[in-house]
Amino acid sequence: MSNVKLPIYLDYSATTPIDPRVAAKMAECLTIEGNFGNPASRSHSFGWTAEAAVDQARQQIADLINADPREIVWTSGATESDNLAIKGAAHFYRKKGNHIITLKTEHKAVLDTCRQLEREGFDVTYLEPLENGLVTVDMLKAVTTDQTILISVMHVNNEIGVIQDIEAIGEFARENHIIFHVDAAQSTGKVDIDLGKLKVDLMSFCAHKTYGPKGVGALYVRRKPRVRLEAQMHGGGHERGMRSGTLATHQIVGMGECFRIANEEMATENERIRMLRDRLYNGLKDMEEVYVNGDMEHRIAGNLNISFNFVEGESLIMALRDLAVSSGSACTSASLEPSYVLRALGRNDELAHSSIRFTIGRFTTVEEIDYTVKLVSAAVEKLRDLSPLWDMYKDGVDLNSVEWVAH
Amino acid sequence: MAYSEKVLDHYENPRNVGVIEDDLSVGTGMVGAPACGDVMKLQIKVNNEGIIEDAKFKTYGCGSAIASSSLVTEWVKGKSLDEAAEIKNTHIAEELALPPVKIHCSVLAEDAIAAAIENYRTKNQ
Ligand SMILES: Cc1ncc(COP(=O)(O)O)c(C=O)c1O
Repeated sequence: MSNVKLPIYLDYSATTPIDPRVAAKMAECLTIEGNFGNPASRSHSFGWTAEAAVDQARQQIADLINADPREIVWTSGATESDNLAIKGAAHFYRKKGNHIITLKTEHKAVLDTCRQLEREGFDVTYLEPLENGLVTVDMLKAVTTDQTILISVMHVNNEIGVIQDIEAIGEFARENHIIFHVDAAQSTGKVDIDLGKLKVDLMSFCAHKTYGPKGVGALYVRRKPRVRLEAQMHGGGHERGMRSGTLATHQIVGMGECFRIANEEMATENERIRMLRDRLYNGLKDMEEVYVNGDMEHRIAGNLNISFNFVEGESLIMALRDLAVSSGSACTSASLEPSYVLRALGRNDELAHSSIRFTIGRFTTVEEIDYTVKLVSAAVEKLRDLSPLWDMYKDGVDLNSVEWVAH
Repeated sequence: MAYSEKVLDHYENPRNVGVIEDDLSVGTGMVGAPACGDVMKLQIKVNNEGIIEDAKFKTYGCGSAIASSSLVTEWVKGKSLDEAAEIKNTHIAEELALPPVKIHCSVLAEDAIAAAIENYRTKNQ
């Protein structure tokens, strides 16, 4: 317990450190001795070698998701990929209809993009998922109209880690000639992605959740049947006109390498991470009034999102200063804003406020998990000893029946 | 969020946590609401001379809310009810160096004192 280095990083869904193997490859593409050329330079070997490195990375992305390398468009990250996919498809297919369907639990990169399209005159349905965070085809069917041109549903949720049934939704979308976009920022290296089988038209990726660098991503754009996009970034016509801008060789090489490693190691890695996650869960689950947020079965191995009833979230985060974790409440504002994802699952404010997201990754150790269990258990116990709500709960008072003197 | 030394001290070592067994000499105030993120319960025990001789609290809330309630339990002890009612949120906020977004915690602590005093007075009319 004593030789654990503090603070312990358990926020792998926010971002990951770059794998040293990836960093080494990236470092080869920077200086005069390295592969620094512009991949678009056609007249000399500096350009050709850079282009070869980009092509190799493109193949590495394609290999992980079983796609054709010509279906990969480099971007600056999942935010840009989401914007390009959703705005690009909506603008291109506007003549066909103006209705878009997405989920209330999507990342802001999707939600805010849809809000912008609403301002441009599109109609957007934000579906509330089931209590476990999942959406069914029937729920989508119920809101689909003859105007629906696009469905955007994320693969893995960043807060609660639940995995949507992309396969079934894809079948439904294809049958109804609706473009299907999937934000897969959180799923590479965690869930198998086979675009030979999945009827997904557009898929967003980034490198920095998979032990690659921040600031680089990709959009998968299906060739058969062909999906068209209106470019959002205009310039030199790179990436077949879909996304102009000089390619960042070092970033792209890093993304390729981290996806290559993910492809090779994900099976064994996920087994180890699941063992750690279960160890964490088993260490916490026997406390009273502890609730897991999101479906436990359709969930990535490394996520545990859990609410501790009768404990206030900010004080809990304060007690857990030795852990780098995410909380379901925004600590910096006077008006505590509980997580919109947990609210969409129907969690009440108190449970949403008291939630902690633990995300475990490649460099997490058993010792760190055991330390975390002890720390969290002690913090919850201490804060409950301080909590008048805990006393009332123990005395059998129904807190919903109390008339609170709100200020 | 950066916390002041005093907030951290009260948070790490809260003073006078607990419950005073209820009788006529005890005033209990509970203010706030779970949905707002803080609930404070403050109890005062008043002796025959009208002096607060003991105070205890329990708080559900952020570190600043816990520190504010812990601090007022120290401050009200030894005071008459009228003196205790003089404690204002500005004193609490100043003592704990609360940032603007946490001023509501000190307001809640002031409200808790008022509620406890009122409860005592109602019981002893
Ligand atoms: C589901 C999801 N979509 C999009 C993003 C944004 O990715 P990026 O930071 O690469 O723009 C993230 C990460 O923050 C995410 O978790």
